[in-house]
Parts: sequence; structure tokens; C-alpha cells
Amino acid sequence: MESVFGLVGKDFAIVAADTSAVHSILVHKTNEDKIMILDSHKLMGASGETGDRAQFTEYIQKNVALYQFRNGIPLTTAAAANFTRGELATALRKNPYMVNIILAGYDKETGPSLYYIDYIASLHKLDKAAFGYGSYFALSMMDRHYRRDMTVEEAIELVDKCILEIRSRLVIAPPNFVIKIVDKDGAREYAWRESIKDAPVAAA
Amino acid sequence: MSIFEYNGSALVAMVGKNCFAIASDWRLGVQLQTIATDFQKIYRIHDKLFLGLAGLATDAQTLYQRLVFRHKLYQLREERDMKPETFASLVSAVLYEKRFGPYFTQPVIAGLSDGDKPFICTMDSIGAKELAKDFVVAGTASESLYGACESMFKPDMEPEELFETISQALLSSVDRDCLSGWGGHVYLVTPTEVTERILKGRMD
Repeated sequence: MESVFGLVGKDFAIVAADTSAVHSILVHKTNEDKIMILDSHKLMGASGETGDRAQFTEYIQKNVALYQFRNGIPLTTAAAANFTRGELATALRKNPYMVNIILAGYDKETGPSLYYIDYIASLHKLDKAAFGYGSYFALSMMDRHYRRDMTVEEAIELVDKCILEIRSRLVIAPPNFVIKIVDKDGAREYAWRESIKDAPVAAA
Repeated sequence: MSIFEYNGSALVAMVGKNCFAIASDWRLGVQLQTIATDFQKIYRIHDKLFLGLAGLATDAQTLYQRLVFRHKLYQLREERDMKPETFASLVSAVLYEKRFGPYFTQPVIAGLSDGDKPFICTMDSIGAKELAKDFVVAGTASESLYGACESMFKPDMEPEELFETISQALLSSVDRDCLSGWGGHVYLVTPTEVTERILKGRMD
């Protein structure tokens, strides 16, 4: 089942997520990207109800962009996290979004940071975070091997350890994962870890 | 399981001779899973007024933001800080506004009033004030805190003894509660100074 996790390294932050779109007992898709690039230096990994996830992350992305257009300066990662929490918290007592979010970003002044925001809108700044069934394995793995001063190579190795553990120990393990990174040069896709490809569809 | 026990918390405030102390644990959990061990539950409203929020973390964050907003408006209008008694009435009113859909949090208010007279008070989630002359407790560890405070508290303690008492009461109480712990956070407030101390505790 859904696994989203992330960590902060020396001068970067990483978010990884599975890429399965599941409904009931069926896997509809194995290349669904659940990590949105919010703006040039922010990543938003989200899990939860599929529709809410797509709707809410896009809503946040567009509002962060709007702020930048209006004010000429981008929101800091902390500001974006607090804005996201605010939106989730107001929705909570009306029509809640079922989305759990890991927000990672890089700011010139504060360096890399990572925020945990769950669907009831609890916000907390962390060095490592995980959501979903994969969290039991990812959190244990990261508790054992994480260091605050990790290089990109060491961090990716740790992410791969987490993915391997999820794939080998979780009954309903997703086959494919995407890893994204954010550092001073911006937010970007880093790699895919695929064990199956979507079957090509014959032309109609 | 009660929504008040979703994140886990332990809060206590005690009165000494012309001083008071307020203490909390550090844990933020989601049921039995620990998310963070550096989650602050005590907030400084001004130098002689502290607010602790036990219960659901998201509502604690929302409520804190609303109370800071209201206190800042008061400061602007009145050009002075709020008295603890007044602030307690404000918290009570803000909570009762949501009588039929409450913030799932139990506040503890501790402050130095006129003439540096210590004031402590707690409330339920809909704002029913409960004033006390000795100590107040809140959170998932409240039952064990009652026991510890009842046997350890003495009236008119000097600041150093008060700190020792509240710390020992907190640490022994959280060891009997699965949902709180991971160390303690103590503020000791006298008419002249505020001392903040971090306690180490059991991490299991």
C-alpha cells in the first residue's frame, strides 16, 4: 500500500514515493507520480485519497505560484508548510481532504528542510518522515542508518534500503518508486526504481 | 480510543512561593507510532504568562494561533500585556464559541498576576475553567500526574525545590503512560526571571 517518505541530508532533502494507483484489489497504474514539484525549490510528496491528493496538491501549487506573482518573492518552505496546514485545518471541520503530506524544500537562508503534515493538519518540522504502511519499515530503517550530515550518495543508498525493505517485507508492496531531490540548484526528479513496466497499449 | 489520546501528551503546572512552574513532555505520536520527540506543548504568551495545550495536536496548533492573534490585538488596543485571569477568560470564551464542535484540547494556563501572585488554571475542551491553588494536570498522563503531584507537592516551595518537584512528578508519571514521554520541558517563572530547562527521560 501507499508509501511516502523523505529525509534531510547535508545540503539537500529527498522525497521518495511509490507510484501505484490502487483501487480496491486492483492496481490501475504503476507510474503515478505522487511527488509534486511545488515551485523551483519545493517538493510535495502526498499520500491518501487519490482525488483529494491530486486536487489539494494542485491547489497548493497554484496558490504558491500566485503568491510569487503578486509579491515578486517566493514563499519560504516554512511559509508554504504553514499555508498548507492552514488550508488543511480550515477544510478539516468542513469537508476534509484525506491527504498526508511531506513537504521538502531548500531556502538560501535556512538550507534544506522537511515538514510533516498529516490529514488532520498536524504540522511538524522533521529530519526524516514517512506515511502509510511503508512507514513502519522506512522509519525503522532511517532510525538505524540516518545521519544529519549525509551526502547525496549515502542518502540515496538509505532510500534504496528503505525501498528494498518495503518490497521484501510488505505483503501488499508496490512495485515501483520515484525519488526526487531538492537542493540549492532546485527541485528535480532524481531516479525511478522500477521492477515492472506498464504494458504498452496497442494503437487503436 | 478517545480523540484526546490520538497524539499523546503530559502537562502539569505547579504553584510555589511567588513563583510557578509549568512542564510538559516532548512526544508527538499518531496513536502508538512516535512521529517526533521534539514537539513543544508549552507556549509563551508573554514573559509572565504561559499556555500549555494537551490533546489533539492539530487543534492545539490552531487554538494557539488564534489565541496569539487575540492577545496581539489586545496588546495593540490596551498597550499592555494580558493578566492571566483575563487570558483564562479569553481562552474559555474562544473554546466555548465552538461548543458543538470543540477543539479537542485541554489547556493549562499559568502566569504571574498583579503583585506577582501566581495563577494556574485548567479547562476542558469547551472552556469550563477549573482554578487551583496548588497544581493542575492535563493530557494522557493526567491520572498518574494526579498521583505524583498529590504525594510530592508542598505549599510555598522556593523556585529550586519547585523545579525539582515538578520535574520528578512529570518524569515518574510519563513512565506509566505509553503515549507521552521522551523527556521533559520545564519553565520556571519567578517575578524576575524565566528559566527554561530540558529534561532527559526514558526513551521507551
